[in-house]
Amino acid sequence: MIKVDNLVKTFGPKVAVNRISFAVERGEVLGFLGPNGAGKSTTMRMITGFIPPTEGKITVGGHDIVESPIPAKALIGYLPENAPAYSDMTVYGFLNFTAELRGLNGDARKKAVNRAVEMCFLEGVIHQSVDTLSKGYRHRTCFAQSIIHDPDILILDEPTDGLDPNQKHEVRTLIRRMGEKKAIIFSTHILEEVDAVCSRAIIIDRGQVVANGTPSQLRGKSEIAGAVLVRVSGVPANELKERLVQTGAGKRVLIVREDSSGVTARVFPKGSSVNGELARSVAEVATAQKWRVEELHTEEGRLDEVFRSITLPETVKTKEHKEDK
Amino acid sequence: MNSAFGNVKTITKRELTAYFASPVAYVFIVIFLLLAGFFTFNAGYFFERNQANLESFFQWHPWLYLFLVPAVGMRLWSEERRMGTMELLLTMPITAWQAIVGKFLASWAFLALALVCTFPVVMTVNYLGNPDNGVIFGQYVGSFLMAGAYLAITSMTSALTRNQVISFILSVVICLFLILSGWPPVTDMISRVTESQLVLETVAALSVMTHFESFRRGIIDTRDVVFYGGLIVFCLFTTAVIIRNRRA
Repeated sequence: MIKVDNLVKTFGPKVAVNRISFAVERGEVLGFLGPNGAGKSTTMRMITGFIPPTEGKITVGGHDIVESPIPAKALIGYLPENAPAYSDMTVYGFLNFTAELRGLNGDARKKAVNRAVEMCFLEGVIHQSVDTLSKGYRHRTCFAQSIIHDPDILILDEPTDGLDPNQKHEVRTLIRRMGEKKAIIFSTHILEEVDAVCSRAIIIDRGQVVANGTPSQLRGKSEIAGAVLVRVSGVPANELKERLVQTGAGKRVLIVREDSSGVTARVFPKGSSVNGELARSVAEVATAQKWRVEELHTEEGRLDEVFRSITLPETVKTKEHKEDK
Repeated sequence: MNSAFGNVKTITKRELTAYFASPVAYVFIVIFLLLAGFFTFNAGYFFERNQANLESFFQWHPWLYLFLVPAVGMRLWSEERRMGTMELLLTMPITAWQAIVGKFLASWAFLALALVCTFPVVMTVNYLGNPDNGVIFGQYVGSFLMAGAYLAITSMTSALTRNQVISFILSVVICLFLILSGWPPVTDMISRVTESQLVLETVAALSVMTHFESFRRGIIDTRDVVFYGGLIVFCLFTTAVIIRNRRA
């Protein structure tokens, strides 16, 4: 449904988006991840036809967004960042207006507005003016606008920003349900959302795609995927580390935490395989040394850790490593 | 998908409703009528003149509009930019042109409404004497066209910035220039800077005052209509160029 090919956007000397390519099909929910200023919003603005690309090609449902913008835009529902809405209108007036611009008239319009109001839980504020709404309600009003014409394609720029946990949950459920029949792209900072909603995720950093895969594939890229976390009480940190290194159970041992009640260490595997082997050998060492083990498990990798390791500049990373040691 | 006309109508309707959703519309109309009345009767000596025409009413319009029209139009695009709704509007399946024309027409219709509200002055002059109502009609047409030209200029300046105050000041300055460009002190200054007669004549021909002259006598001259129409189209076209180049 959406095909992005070698997309480039420059603002003066600054390259905001640098040769991004990807495709989204119907039934897919694509998560857009990346630090602030990575080019997520710029990419979305280009797909929705708000700003023209400097280079590259975007086709939406077979229509080129630059050459035939009107039929392409008609297929898209768009929730811009910060959820803008006309503050001088009521929620009902605003939704009616957007439905009219989408070409809905008469009964069809009434039905579409009611459906969107219901889906976004706006019944209570329908006759309220937009500038009196709380942030969450304003956000949902703008979200309602994006789904009013039941579009084939949804582009959502931080759809859960500013919502409370319950509302976040509702919006995620909504996105997942709609994702079965639509092609959806949404950007977020919240990594747990990727697991909860996305069928695929792309990490963008400094204008480039740095990772692309299902959430579990991305998690597998984690440095700590396959590492073993062990917590032992009554043993000094140095001794714990020494013994583990001596027996050669893992490649590297890192003390994660040390306090009066015990020491937590992470043992990294020699290969990259995720299996129980490393945990078993750590357990054997512990038994031989008669350590009091409080916790022992193999880690499957965390998205936030992958995210950090991919998007942090090298200098910061090495500095952090030093501090760890 | 809608027809182009349908989209323009939708946007015009929304903009007009927006004027009346806030006190802006009422404040504007009241101030406009009060000022128009003051200038006509007190500063323009309507009664003392003892003439059955509306000369003392219309002669103030270029100056009244100088401040009031930019005040009406300054929010047209700068507000969209500031609120971020421009992103919403321009990702709808409509062209930028339809949005620009729709917004312009809404403000122009609003100004027309304010102008219509001055009807008591027409009734007064008709009650007191026997004016030529054809002339009065011509004067109204001229006044309306001039308001449209000022408004198109304001549309252009408001597309430039997210700040309404800047948009207001810029359009007042441009409109003031167009009022004064036929005025001897200005033409003298230009002739001191350049020898070219062409430049001098071009600048003088840009004056909205010169083109308002025949309207004030009640004559609807095609050249003046073309001047105001051309100015409006040019400014709206520039608005489109600005919006295309300065989106985010």
